[in-house]
Amino acid sequence: MHRSRFLVYAAGLILAVSMVQCGGQARRVVTLKGSDTMVILGQRWAETYMAAHPGQIIQVTGGGSGTGIAALINGTTDICQSSRAMKADEQQQIAAKHGQPPFEQVVARDGLTIYVSEQCPVNEMTIEQVRDIYSGRVRDWKDLGGPAAPIIAYSRENNSGTYAYFKEHVLEGGDFAADVQTLPGTAAVVNAVTQDARGIGYGGDAYAKGVKMIALKRDPATPGVTPSEASIADGSYPLARPLYFYTRTTPTGDAKAFIDFCLSPEGQRVVLDVGYFPIP
Amino acid sequence: MALLRPGIDATRHRRMQLWRERFIEFALRSSALFAVVGLLLIIVFVFREAAPVLFDRETQREASVPGFFATPLWQPVGDVPKYGIVPLLVGTFKVVVVAMVFATPLAVLAALFSSEFASPRVREAIKPVIEILAGIPSVVMGFFALMVLASWLQQWTGSTIRLNAVNAGIALGLGVIPTIYTVAEDALRAVPRSYREASLGLGATPWQTAWHVALPAASAGVGAAVLLGLARAVGETMIVLMASGNAAIISGDPFDSVRTLSASIAAELAEVVVGSPHYSVLFFLGALLFTITFIINVAAGVFVERLRKRLAGA
Repeated sequence: MHRSRFLVYAAGLILAVSMVQCGGQARRVVTLKGSDTMVILGQRWAETYMAAHPGQIIQVTGGGSGTGIAALINGTTDICQSSRAMKADEQQQIAAKHGQPPFEQVVARDGLTIYVSEQCPVNEMTIEQVRDIYSGRVRDWKDLGGPAAPIIAYSRENNSGTYAYFKEHVLEGGDFAADVQTLPGTAAVVNAVTQDARGIGYGGDAYAKGVKMIALKRDPATPGVTPSEASIADGSYPLARPLYFYTRTTPTGDAKAFIDFCLSPEGQRVVLDVGYFPIP
Repeated sequence: MALLRPGIDATRHRRMQLWRERFIEFALRSSALFAVVGLLLIIVFVFREAAPVLFDRETQREASVPGFFATPLWQPVGDVPKYGIVPLLVGTFKVVVVAMVFATPLAVLAALFSSEFASPRVREAIKPVIEILAGIPSVVMGFFALMVLASWLQQWTGSTIRLNAVNAGIALGLGVIPTIYTVAEDALRAVPRSYREASLGLGATPWQTAWHVALPAASAGVGAAVLLGLARAVGETMIVLMASGNAAIISGDPFDSVRTLSASIAAELAEVVVGSPHYSVLFFLGALLFTITFIINVAAGVFVERLRKRLAGA
């Protein structure tokens, strides 16, 4: 009795697994992997595209730009989403392994946003002040015109393209202060800042829900600018950055069709809906 | 002829049975072997990937064992990478101490209650509930600590840093309680009834019996339970990754943010270029973590054995 029931279960399981496998073969799959900043954008693109193209599956996963680039090098993803440009040594690895340098396409633009709690009275900062906070030279809100309270700085883990961009463009290659906290994912940074009146964080503009965006100034004399379609298009927002797709070779077939969709007016409308900015 | 048939059948049947026995034994032996070989291969792999830190000149220019202690900074990504592991060791130690201080009394007292005082019905209710705690994915526990627990603790303690060693330690303690509780409870239940009857018969109260008779008699098992919990706490990753803030600083204050060995590996390993110094260093941390838990486990074994001998001798 028991054995026969077990056999029925086992047979059912094998059947189910083989059906899933057959289904996988019948459908066409394109995989996207990489930047956590771009996960929500990639997912929305995938949903819109799949609704219009039945039978086409677009799989989107995050993990960080570095993770996506490693996956592209190792051949485990079709398209890599990255919030930073690929480094020369990474390009060389692709060329060495796959015979030609990777194909690069800017698919959207992002304003790297500095978040603070909605209770925080500070509205504006210069890039230099942000650098001072993250490198540990400024540790109290009173130095920024706020009340006397320690600044709690949140950062991303070092596998993130946002981390790399911030380190290069805000810290100018310098080190983060040791007591800057690092959290896995922009969503975790935003969560922490919403809960912490003394907190400050950074990340993609699209995640800025329940937090206040700081208006950034290139230097003390210029007016503060918040990220917006206009300020990013005309370059007045100091931390505008491109978001990339990378593929191992010039895209063809399903991947090309999907990338073309992302660049089309409809795809760029999705970019705006999600909270990023279209490419000019 | 007809008379011989039953005999032939019996022999054939016995032979079949013999083959079946042999097959089962073979299957069991190979699964045991598979587990042991698999484990050994993993250990070899971890140590082999960590080896460049000790033996490769090229890697050592960037990361070497003396270098790990020469800088107080853990900044592995950048133009000049800095691999100071002291803050990670301090961080791991702090979180684990908080977790054990929180979890050990709770888990051992809970085990004492359910084995000595609870009625069978209450015990049948408590045990599964605590064991369900072990089934909560550690990511969920970590997220709870990040969003909810951290805010409660900050309101209570008024700490400056919201995500700190105490927050991560308590969340980690919640994860460790089921391990300690289950093993300790089994040890307490294995104490012979006659011990308790003798104690109660001499006029001791139930509490005196539990505390002075049952607990000491089960101390080997309870000690092993605590050490198993400790080994788990040292290696646990997701809870501390989410709840501790992950700032690599050297400080004795339990209300500062901490970064642990396991969280560093989890956060960074996905990104590193295979074979780079950073990659080797992360595997070195893995080997270090493995060595620490291995020592704890061996210590648990030795401890239990000694205690058992002493109790048997007494």
